Amino acid sequence: MINFLRRLRSSDFSYYFFRDPIALVSFAVLLVLVVAAFSAPLIAPHNPYDPTTIDIMDSELPPAWAAEGSRNFLLGTDDMGRGMFSTMLYGMRISIIIGLGAVLLQAMIGIVVGLLSGYIKRLDSILMRIADVQLSFSTYMIAIFIGATFQMVFGVANYEKIAAPLLILIIGLAEWPQYARTVRASVLAERQKEYIEAARVIGLSKVRIMWRHILPNTLSPVLVISTVQVANAIMSEAALSFLGLGMPQNKPSLGSLITSGFEYIFSGSWWITIFPGILLVTLILVINLLGDWVRDYLNPKLYKG
Amino acid sequence: MFAFTVRRVAQAVLVMLIISLIGFSIKHNFGDPVRELVGERVTPQERQQIRDQLGLNDPFMVQYGRFLKSAVHGDLGRSFFFKKPVTEVILAKAPATLELVFCASLIVILLSVPLGIYSAIHPRRLLSRLIMGVSIVGVSMPVFLTAILLIYIFSVELGWLPSFGRGETVQLFGFWDSGLLTRDGLRHLLMPSVALSSIMLPLFIRLIRSEMMEVLETEYVKFAWAKGLRPRRVWYVHAFKNTLLPVITVGGVQLGIMVAFTILTETVFQWQGMGSMFIESVERADTALMVSYIVVVGFIFVVVNTLVDLIYGLVNPTVRIAGRK
Repeated sequence: MINFLRRLRSSDFSYYFFRDPIALVSFAVLLVLVVAAFSAPLIAPHNPYDPTTIDIMDSELPPAWAAEGSRNFLLGTDDMGRGMFSTMLYGMRISIIIGLGAVLLQAMIGIVVGLLSGYIKRLDSILMRIADVQLSFSTYMIAIFIGATFQMVFGVANYEKIAAPLLILIIGLAEWPQYARTVRASVLAERQKEYIEAARVIGLSKVRIMWRHILPNTLSPVLVISTVQVANAIMSEAALSFLGLGMPQNKPSLGSLITSGFEYIFSGSWWITIFPGILLVTLILVINLLGDWVRDYLNPKLYKG
Repeated sequence: MFAFTVRRVAQAVLVMLIISLIGFSIKHNFGDPVRELVGERVTPQERQQIRDQLGLNDPFMVQYGRFLKSAVHGDLGRSFFFKKPVTEVILAKAPATLELVFCASLIVILLSVPLGIYSAIHPRRLLSRLIMGVSIVGVSMPVFLTAILLIYIFSVELGWLPSFGRGETVQLFGFWDSGLLTRDGLRHLLMPSVALSSIMLPLFIRLIRSEMMEVLETEYVKFAWAKGLRPRRVWYVHAFKNTLLPVITVGGVQLGIMVAFTILTETVFQWQGMGSMFIESVERADTALMVSYIVVVGFIFVVVNTLVDLIYGLVNPTVRIAGRK
């Protein structure tokens, strides 16, 4: 462990990382946000999931610094009387979990499909055709369609009960082609190389060559797109929640918090929407900035722009 | 070129078949055409009789064939909620969405080209850094949040612009309800199209900038400089022309994708277009309408993508030759 830390300290990676103020700041902000989200039960002053602690008389209180604000609720309360600060922390935890879960699922589907279509010629055209078609529709569209279909299959009440795993499934199914394409491109480059030829001559099975020999060498581009994909998944989740196809109001993610606040914005209760909005944009922004940095560091020629 | 066109069109038809198959199986499994016709107050025997008459007890593929046949004739079934053929409902809503997409594309093109060129020519200037900084914030901002912020600032706080609906519309050619010709309609159109363009604008600026910067490094541009041409001529005539090629192809597809984002924008602004109609049909479990929206939008996407590919094949011969094998 100490050895690893020492190697990390003297590596190019940390050299460039500590010289880039944007990467440093975004990493710090992301770290604070993630830690705050996952320690929500410890640091949040209220528990938004516990109905007994919520008082409807507290609903729609402005932030503490406003004239009618209560010192009890730093960032005000929403329409049900939940403290915004606590609800946002819990909401961010849901958003992050769904984002990470969806990316994990996408990566799994995408890596398997990418390996297969890169290494087995017969499957290539059909698998990539599916990926192309799905990419040519926007991933949002696919996610919304799958979400709408699921809601029809399960019914609204059941859908809300299992919303979190369903959202992971929906976003995972909608966005795997990104991974499949990336993996396939590097598989095509790798399979020309001599070590693969050698592995084939030894008589290793196809599965073993794909899994143990090719896959490890395709992981760096996978890492590059993963960061940005997490940001995309969180955005998709927010969009689905906004359309009523996501997390229900009693277990809100950042997206559904923004939605519930939208109805009250006309009466001047801006804080219910604006605070979760700022938090969501900050979260996505720092992930995107970090993703840009990782991309530039690992492979400047992989993508343009 | 002919072979390329045929292959590309055949592929488009295949994709449409798959989309219609998916759409039909959703409708087949979850929709109930009998309910769409007669409502809930019918005995089970009568229901069964109607099912037989409508051919709903036939094998799946037979029914799918019938669905395809009527779909080609423009008949996608009846909406349970509107009590009208769905094609009629969608056609009535389509102008609103298309106008929104058109105005948003106009904003994107008019703004992204000058801003992208500027930040490519002077990458180190303060303004270019500002443009790039704002554009990465723009990429990170969900489109519905932009829309809500616009409403809060310009409708709730300042009271300058209306926050929902299409306002006064004028009927053109007997079926096209246009908001483009009245002052009120344009005022209603402004915020939704700005919100919709906000998602694509940063992408376009970044795309144009990176393509242009790459072109500016090429030898022929260096040669143009060496010849002593004026900077404006090098930038806007020599370099910009070659920037456009990738921008058109990526851009065409992206503008098609904007149709997807109308679902979000229209929901925020209660814009009476296809997007909000789709979300309403999901809430009402109006299967026929929902499925036909998927088919229609799928059709728009396929047509846009095919056209973009064909144009690309026309201007860039390597694509159609490489595809031949």
